[in-house]
Amino acid sequence: MSALKADDPRIPAIQSRIRVVPNFPKPGIMFQDITTLLLDPKVFKDTIDLFVERYNSKNISVVAGIEARGFIFGPPIALAIGAKFVPLRKPNKLPGKVFRQEYELEYGSDCLEMHVGAVASGERALVVDDLIATGGTLCAAIDLLERAGAKVFECACVIEIPALKGRERLNGKPVFVLVDSQ
Amino acid sequence: MYAAENGLKGDPRLEAISNTIRVIPHFPKPGIMFQDISTLFLNHKVFKDTVDIFIDRYKHMGCISLVAGVESRGFMFGPSIALAIGAKFVPLRKHGKLPGKVVCECYELEYGKDCLEMHVDAVQPGDKAVVIDDLIATGGTLSAAIKLLESMGAEVVECGCVIGLPEVKGEKRLNGRPVYILVEPSQLKQS
Repeated sequence: MSALKADDPRIPAIQSRIRVVPNFPKPGIMFQDITTLLLDPKVFKDTIDLFVERYNSKNISVVAGIEARGFIFGPPIALAIGAKFVPLRKPNKLPGKVFRQEYELEYGSDCLEMHVGAVASGERALVVDDLIATGGTLCAAIDLLERAGAKVFECACVIEIPALKGRERLNGKPVFVLVDSQ
Repeated sequence: MYAAENGLKGDPRLEAISNTIRVIPHFPKPGIMFQDISTLFLNHKVFKDTVDIFIDRYKHMGCISLVAGVESRGFMFGPSIALAIGAKFVPLRKHGKLPGKVVCECYELEYGKDCLEMHVDAVQPGDKAVVIDDLIATGGTLSAAIKLLESMGAEVVECGCVIGLPEVKGEKRLNGRPVYILVEPSQLKQS
């Protein structure tokens, strides 16, 4: 089940504010653009509120956001639920000592990095990104946090592309989404 | 202008903000004392205070309808400010990241140049905007940001940054727009 509450009155507006841009970044991809959602203050607030309502009072002390669109949604959630925010970044962007996790792309591989010392052993973490597709990036994010000793409670995304079966790549870690891709 | 010169003199939140910023020497290259704000985000109270200072300022300015954040550290502050003041959030991104129609403004780097992009439909007539980034150094990126917004008809009221180099003390303006800064760069702590 992808929607929190199928009949939550806030979901249809969230769905309608996501713009689909064909053939971006390459031919055949129907890009799910959340920037149009950010242009509507009420709908952006509703999006954040849906996550905050779910994660408040769950003792989550870490919200990790995946570069770069996870940086838009993650901090407001962290601030609202009393958690710290940890950016997970592309290689060589974070200064100082980092953990590094490689993951597979369709062609080749990429890396995600997290600061050493950002999370403490036993902390409960939430991973936030705008979208789950194949699940590769989220999988790398979970690995980073758990190598550092944190326990990932759940992944949270605005959009899921169900056909790509990203959920199956997460080794049983739950992922909570608001809407399916169009 | 610095916040301490503009109503927040002696505010203990500013010292706490300064103290949580970590200095990394020689990153990304020798000679640069990098101001790492990621340690600020690890402290919920200090992160909240940082955002609250901007929220209080821009709520009272009246009618700020647009908060633009410069990729990618501006994304970590801007949306929370936008949400609290009821403004839309507009990401300003490196070349090729935004889908659909964009406007582009290039700016000089020490060696070479870079470009900032914004969606053409992000700005509506009459929008009053603030631009948010973590740090202002030369002002090249923020200057490009101001040009992008103004080219589409927004009025840029101010740029807001957590950290500003001392060159921007006093009434320094960027393209004629004021710059509001919370703290000077932190120093490397001697252990």
